[in-house]
Amino acid sequence: MKKLKEFIIEKAIFLSGSLSIIFVVLIFVFLVKEGVLFFKYVPPKDFLMGNNWYPLSTPEQFGMLPLILGSLLVTIGSMLISIPLGVACAFYIAEVVNPKFKDILKTGVELLAAIPSVVIGFVGMITLVPWVKSIFNLPTGLTALSGSIMLAFMAMPTIVSIAEDAITAVPRRYKEAALALGATHWQAMYKVIIVAAAPGIFAAVMLGVGRVIGETMAVMMITGNAAVIPHTFLEPVRTLTATIAAEMGESIRGSNHYYALFVVGIILFIITFIINFVADVFLHRIKK
Amino acid sequence: MVETPKVKIQANNFNVFFGKNQVVKSLNMEVYSNEILGIIGPANSGKTTFLKTLNRLNDLDDDFRMEGSILLDGRDINSQFDVIDLRKKVSIIFAMPLPLPISIFDNVAYGPKMHGIKKGLDEIVERSLKAAYIWEEVKDRLHESALNLSGGQQQRLCIARSLAIEPEVVLFDEPCSGLDPISTAKVEEAMMELKKKYTIILVTNNVKQAARVSDRVAFFLMGELIELDSTEKMFTNPSNKKTIDYISGRFG
Repeated sequence: MKKLKEFIIEKAIFLSGSLSIIFVVLIFVFLVKEGVLFFKYVPPKDFLMGNNWYPLSTPEQFGMLPLILGSLLVTIGSMLISIPLGVACAFYIAEVVNPKFKDILKTGVELLAAIPSVVIGFVGMITLVPWVKSIFNLPTGLTALSGSIMLAFMAMPTIVSIAEDAITAVPRRYKEAALALGATHWQAMYKVIIVAAAPGIFAAVMLGVGRVIGETMAVMMITGNAAVIPHTFLEPVRTLTATIAAEMGESIRGSNHYYALFVVGIILFIITFIINFVADVFLHRIKK
Repeated sequence: MVETPKVKIQANNFNVFFGKNQVVKSLNMEVYSNEILGIIGPANSGKTTFLKTLNRLNDLDDDFRMEGSILLDGRDINSQFDVIDLRKKVSIIFAMPLPLPISIFDNVAYGPKMHGIKKGLDEIVERSLKAAYIWEEVKDRLHESALNLSGGQQQRLCIARSLAIEPEVVLFDEPCSGLDPISTAKVEEAMMELKKKYTIILVTNNVKQAARVSDRVAFFLMGELIELDSTEKMFTNPSNKKTIDYISGRFG
């Protein structure tokens, strides 16, 4: 009887464990199955390097470069904002602030993650977009910059929360050792604590990147959605995610456009896979 | 012993509290220049707390509160020293060897670099490693990670790291508690050499170690200084009954 119970529990855990892997594989297989048909009609080179995304004009053009660049630009922009702010904030919460306020602050930052992305997009649209428009004197405030700023807000809670955990987890003895040698608080922080917490901080940043690159709603609302190759942060862009979300409902099932969107999905999948892979390799190297 | 020894550190009616607990009780004592003062006593007797107060590492603890004063060279460590300068003069070696996760060279150079020294780092590192009796063992692999060293080597590396900032007082907090007898002997050898230049306070649970290396020994019990005298007197003819009990208890 006891053996049977053990057996059932073991198999149940095995099943739930393998399910998550099976799901990932199935999703990928499904994406590839739907997407690969597309390359019968459009050569991969035109697709990846083409400058024009006009899926509904005749002849159709499926150049994905503007979308990839759009995603990259928004991601880089938001990382430029959220990494320094997020890591500094994590240090402040972990090392500087009076312990009484520590929990309040951390909960506050984590609460930011609870705001639905559509609300962030909405707030950005009403407040930030007009500012960007008037400050830079642009024809429209729906730009990569607006998207980057709002997405930075979305990446912040992840980065702050995980980086703060990593910093707090650094053994206090390290800090004492540095202080005992006459380091100032700041010297101990940036020479010793940052080094010791680096893997955790890096993981935090990578998860932040993952969050930003996969974000759809907010970017769709405030980046302007123009599928043209961007040259500066002050132009409208369209990201990979927003393209799928905006066009999937309108595409005809079985059309080239429909398949093209699946390929966009594959590209997105590959990008996030690479990010996770790089993070993993990096983390393991540090552990050794 | 004709000449009067020079007083390096002086504690006057010194008390420490953590929250409501009094950990050190009205301590009055002196530490002389260039001596090794051993501090013995059972757990929770305030030895380490006293040690950590000397370079103000207890300040990190929010519950910490002290009364009375401690003078270093006649100056109050709390009011007349900048804490960074104090820690440069009074360095500490912890019970657990604590190399930073960087190379051997960088570990030793860390302190001087931090204090703005850029030239002559090679000589400082070599001199410090030699003084800690570890130079011969590591001279060919200075740029390997310090974490690859054995426990005893790590502890001597930590000693070298402390010496690199040219302190005046070196505090040892049970430096050999995790080390094998051979490493312990090497650390003790280093200490004997160091006292020529530095004032050393050694907190140890190992009564025999205190007997081997100290010039004078202090016995702490429950936060009070029970007895302080020359090593010879403490181990042959202590005046306090509690001291006799503790020392003989440990010797079986």
